[in-house]
Amino acid sequence: MSDKVKLIDDLKEIVKPYIQDQEAFDNISEATDFINDLKINSANLVDVVLDIEDKYDIEIDNDSMDKMLNVKASLEVIQEKLASK
Amino acid sequence: MSSQYSKQSAKTRVVITGLGVVASNGVGVNSFCEAIKDGRSGIRYFPKLKDLGFSCCIGGVPEISEDKKREYLTDLQLRNFDSNGILYGCMAGMDAWRDAGLSIDDKVDFDSGTIFGTGTSSVGKFRESIYKIDDNKVRRLGSTAVAQTMVSGVSAYLGGILGLGNQVTTNSSACTTGTEAIMMGYDRIVAGDAKRMLVGSCSDDGAYLWGGFDAMRVLTYKHNELPVQGSRPMSATASGFVPGGGAGALILESLESALARNATIYAEILGGHINSGGQRNGGSMTIPNDEAVQQCISKAIEKSSIDAKDIDTINGHLTATKNDHMEIKNWTDSLGLSGDEFPPINSLKSMVGHCLSAAGSIESVACVLQIRDQFIFPNINCEDVSQDIISLISEDCIPKKKVDKEINIVAKASFGFGDVNGCIIFKKYNLDK
Repeated sequence: MSDKVKLIDDLKEIVKPYIQDQEAFDNISEATDFINDLKINSANLVDVVLDIEDKYDIEIDNDSMDKMLNVKASLEVIQEKLASK
Repeated sequence: MSSQYSKQSAKTRVVITGLGVVASNGVGVNSFCEAIKDGRSGIRYFPKLKDLGFSCCIGGVPEISEDKKREYLTDLQLRNFDSNGILYGCMAGMDAWRDAGLSIDDKVDFDSGTIFGTGTSSVGKFRESIYKIDDNKVRRLGSTAVAQTMVSGVSAYLGGILGLGNQVTTNSSACTTGTEAIMMGYDRIVAGDAKRMLVGSCSDDGAYLWGGFDAMRVLTYKHNELPVQGSRPMSATASGFVPGGGAGALILESLESALARNATIYAEILGGHINSGGQRNGGSMTIPNDEAVQQCISKAIEKSSIDAKDIDTINGHLTATKNDHMEIKNWTDSLGLSGDEFPPINSLKSMVGHCLSAAGSIESVACVLQIRDQFIFPNINCEDVSQDIISLISEDCIPKKKVDKEINIVAKASFGFGDVNGCIIFKKYNLDK
């Protein structure tokens, strides 16, 4: 569980430059959606994924990338990629 | 009925209500204006160019701190950002917009647009992208490569920052780009399609843009030791141009709109002309067709309804190659003025070098400042005027010190690769003309 809290904290740091809704960002949780809640420009989602790759030294395939639209799905992809490292 | 009548009876007058500039000898209008009055050079030596094996290791690069960048672009916009041209263009464009007293808010302004030119867009970003692609890392380009490397990048950035809802586009015509952008914006306002147009141009700078010019041997390689003396338009010892970068921007506005807003009016554009020599009759990719240059100047004068004798000063293209005298010959022939009768002429390139696609707009900002503050800026590095030029015009026509003088009309011309020409007539604003 504490792993998950740490992962959310890390993810929060990663998405910070791209968010356009400060309140949603301050209250980030697993249910937070990148586009609808954080108002991240959809074009920047690829940048978020690249920043995640750099942070964890993992590679995220296209199918996984398509799923990463919210915090929960992103955490799942990160954990899966870390496990298979 | 009445609007049809007014269109036929009186041409829309176009005035300049805002200025912005980023140049190697001054970033911002105030600092640039002081620099050109003082005859201060922005040309420096760049060891990196020497390391890369360039023959010409000097150039004019605007100095901009990280803090300064953040006054104009957000952290997100500056993330993975590698585009000097777009940075300079945004700075000059935003300065001009604010200088005109226009606000930046959440609304779309359908009456305002931009024509903001450039020659290339983000050569640095382009290089980085190509290396990634060749390294099988295309996906690592992220979202920022397209917006920066598309040629219209600068106008797209400005359109978004300012909320422009009229035409938002980028023109490109080599070293005529900036002058052409002004005329295109002028035409759009005269046509009644926009009330205000942000016009101008920018240029990247540095090795990846300048390399091709170095290879063509059109840059001077004789002044690496004394950079500020390197750019020598009209001088007998001119030996090629010094490359530069930067941006210039102007807010053009219908007189009606400017008066309604109670805006400060710096000058009026009486008219101008854009043409090409077709790369015929002596014209080529790199050399102008003299007949076309003369036609361009003559038509600009004719369309402005002035007489050649009304011109108080000329701001030439005058790059400091061996061919400056040919430009002077085209001026004397098209104006029908020579010797002592020729008006004072200057070249901003003596201080900032040749800013390529940004040249026309930066130099036009200088022209408008000469009208605003009633002076002629000095030509530096011209203590030895070329004999070919003295045989055409009096040496007194080439001021080497700032001249304080009543300036009513300034003629400005630019010429570019592809045998393209542009000429604009600026005038001090008077409600009654």
